[in-house]
Amino acid sequence: MAAAYTAACKFRFTSRHAPRETTARLPWSKRATPRTWANQTQEHPQGRADIMANITRRDSLVLGAATLGAGTIPLIGAQAQDVAGEVPIENVAPLRYAIEKDATLRVLRPAKFIDPDEVFWRENSKKFTAQTGVPVRVDFVSWEDMRPQTAVVANTGAGPDIVVGFSSDPQIYASKIHDMTDLADYLGKKYGGWYDLARVYGRKWGTNNWISIPIGGGTGPLVYRKSWLKEVGYDRIPDDHQGFLQVCQKLQKAGHPWGMSLGHALGDANGYASWLLWSHNAMLTDEKGKIALDSKETQDALKYATELHKTMIPGTLTWGDPSNNQAYAAGSISLTFNGVSLYYVIKNSPDPKLKEMAADTEHQEVPKGRATRPPRSATPINAMVFKHTKFPNAAKAYIQFLMEREQYGPWLSNCIGYWSQPLKAYAKMKFWTADPKLAPFAAAMDTPYYDGYKGPVTPASAAVTANYVLVDMFASVATGNAMPQAAAKEAARQAKRYYEKA
Amino acid sequence: MDATVYPLTITRKPDSWLARLFDNKSFLAFLCMLPTAGLLLVFLTYPLGLGLWLAMTDTTIGERGKFIGLENFESLWDDPVFWLSVFNTLFYTIVATAGKFLLGLWLALLLNNHFPFKAFIRAIVLLPWIVPTVLSAIAWWWIYSPQFSIVSYIFVDVLHWSDRYFDFIGTPWPARWSLIVANVWRAIPFVAITLLAGLQTISPSLYEAALLDGASPFQQFRRITLPLLMPILSVVMTLSVLFTFSDFQLVYAITRGGPFNTTHLMATLAFQRAIPGSQLGEGAAIAVAMIPFLIAATLLSYFGLGRRKWQQGEAND
Repeated sequence: MAAAYTAACKFRFTSRHAPRETTARLPWSKRATPRTWANQTQEHPQGRADIMANITRRDSLVLGAATLGAGTIPLIGAQAQDVAGEVPIENVAPLRYAIEKDATLRVLRPAKFIDPDEVFWRENSKKFTAQTGVPVRVDFVSWEDMRPQTAVVANTGAGPDIVVGFSSDPQIYASKIHDMTDLADYLGKKYGGWYDLARVYGRKWGTNNWISIPIGGGTGPLVYRKSWLKEVGYDRIPDDHQGFLQVCQKLQKAGHPWGMSLGHALGDANGYASWLLWSHNAMLTDEKGKIALDSKETQDALKYATELHKTMIPGTLTWGDPSNNQAYAAGSISLTFNGVSLYYVIKNSPDPKLKEMAADTEHQEVPKGRATRPPRSATPINAMVFKHTKFPNAAKAYIQFLMEREQYGPWLSNCIGYWSQPLKAYAKMKFWTADPKLAPFAAAMDTPYYDGYKGPVTPASAAVTANYVLVDMFASVATGNAMPQAAAKEAARQAKRYYEKA
Repeated sequence: MDATVYPLTITRKPDSWLARLFDNKSFLAFLCMLPTAGLLLVFLTYPLGLGLWLAMTDTTIGERGKFIGLENFESLWDDPVFWLSVFNTLFYTIVATAGKFLLGLWLALLLNNHFPFKAFIRAIVLLPWIVPTVLSAIAWWWIYSPQFSIVSYIFVDVLHWSDRYFDFIGTPWPARWSLIVANVWRAIPFVAITLLAGLQTISPSLYEAALLDGASPFQQFRRITLPLLMPILSVVMTLSVLFTFSDFQLVYAITRGGPFNTTHLMATLAFQRAIPGSQLGEGAAIAVAMIPFLIAATLLSYFGLGRRKWQQGEAND
């Protein structure tokens, strides 16, 4: 235990920005950046001036960590050509926007959590400037500041031309952003079509009009230790509720319990609560947006959660978003739900023990239970062009440029699963199969589920998430502090407050 | 000697209206206070007014709301989570304040004695207060961690007194007590050092006189220390109640209000609903709901504790 204790501390201090600060929603995934003090002192081999042009204080702290991405991609240009060829395209008429004279662009997007995300985004922007002469300034904003800043941009009608915002933002600002149907149709035709989740968030609810271009989504499947699963007699995790429960019971008996937060962990706990609901065919709202939580399915989910809770490592009610990463890296848990960042961190760790753990780590799609498709969602980011921009064509051209395979390919493949594509053709890229452990991430946006499923996408679902309405419902029942029926009624009452307002 | 006496005539021009205005004492006072008043207006009155206004609207992040009167408060009235947070806040404030005062006063009395390295130790004592709250909160979060707690590690793996790790913040009541311990730890230096300053102003001759009269140490404390410390005690108490009541960082960093809202304070609930939850109006209403409690706490400390000694002077028993 002593070794585990130190390992966990080390892991934490070398791999995290600041503890417990997740605000924006990323189901089961972490904001971990693999870096050590050693690699922070190294120089970034190329594109340094470009990166230095626009950095925040925190970015400058982790700038050196860009080497990590750079280590695997010594020549950006050369590789870009290679990976683009892996993406099949349909023959469609080229789409060319007449870029306005003297256009300049300002882009606001969420900060990166793995370095290639930012490195390649900037690289692509630089390429755009080189080809079109349009200077682009990209501001990377911390996740929790993203939504308030988007609101300010929308309300003041000033500032960035393009905002790459979170899930429901395009619906909230639908009247203030440009229609993107032409671009979405072009991209959809050229790249094999959009995934369901992209269609949910990209189009104005209830219409066929695209109001934003989904850029990517992050998801959190099962992460587990292969050897420990074998120890209790399994090669894979069963897809049904009973089977999953049995695995968890056996793992616990074998001294390797699993764990998933039911505390106030914005991404993790909400993602787990959603899985519990959706895998029982329960839902927060019906198609019309009426609260449908108080149902028999919800109560089944609550009862199942209670059984499952007994098999977990103690203390998961106190877990924040980083906690399952820490517990997993310390070897305290055998199984959890998480984004790719956990694997990314231990795989790239200088600690041989963690490297070994990475080899023993496997990902798998979440158990379906009663659902017909994997009951989990992804956190998407969507590019919106605000109507106040003087250069709408340049803005659309920029987004088009980013989404084309020459640019999108290298960006996506170097994010190794942290973001997943909204366009189906990108699923054919080799990196998705080169490391079989990434497979569950390839289909992140191939899901009908989203926050607030199955009602319209509104700000209300964000309020329900931020107030842990579903999480607290499960937590109070799983710990025996509330009866299933009463808890479901209370949660429905709280959710109603936000949905009726919206 | 011939002395010529020149008639002393001072011719004064009649004062201009401006000069007269500036000679006016009350005008000058008003003028001198203007910058301060401006600062207060801009940085205190405006935000407070805005908060009151927001509380009566359905503003969300992204949408300018409309006036809805007291609807937010009506909804909070029926909201068990809100009432839970009110209970938590009161419990947290009362117990933590009592704790930090007892321990702070005790520490102040100890520090008031002569002992080696006095200055050094007095400086060390301030550490919990100096460290930014968020940092100490993170340290406490690690101490309370169900998997990596140093306390559990010592008890279970080193001393073998227990075979289970402690679940400090995983169940409602232990979580509340754990937060109170962290809060008390953080505030003790503030209370102790301020009270120490008060103790130092008490003249030693009083104690000498008491000693000659044969007063026991407890009698000295009861009859000399406590009455003379009362003025400063009531000020520190007021401040401390206000700080504790509106505490945010500790709770937000350690439990985020969990497990299932049983440690939410009004301040953390207001933030959660207003900023991550985007419901600015509702969050403002919760913040506004804190005001009556804060006013009551202030009045209680002012008029209850400080009444005779502080408000009306010494010899008014």
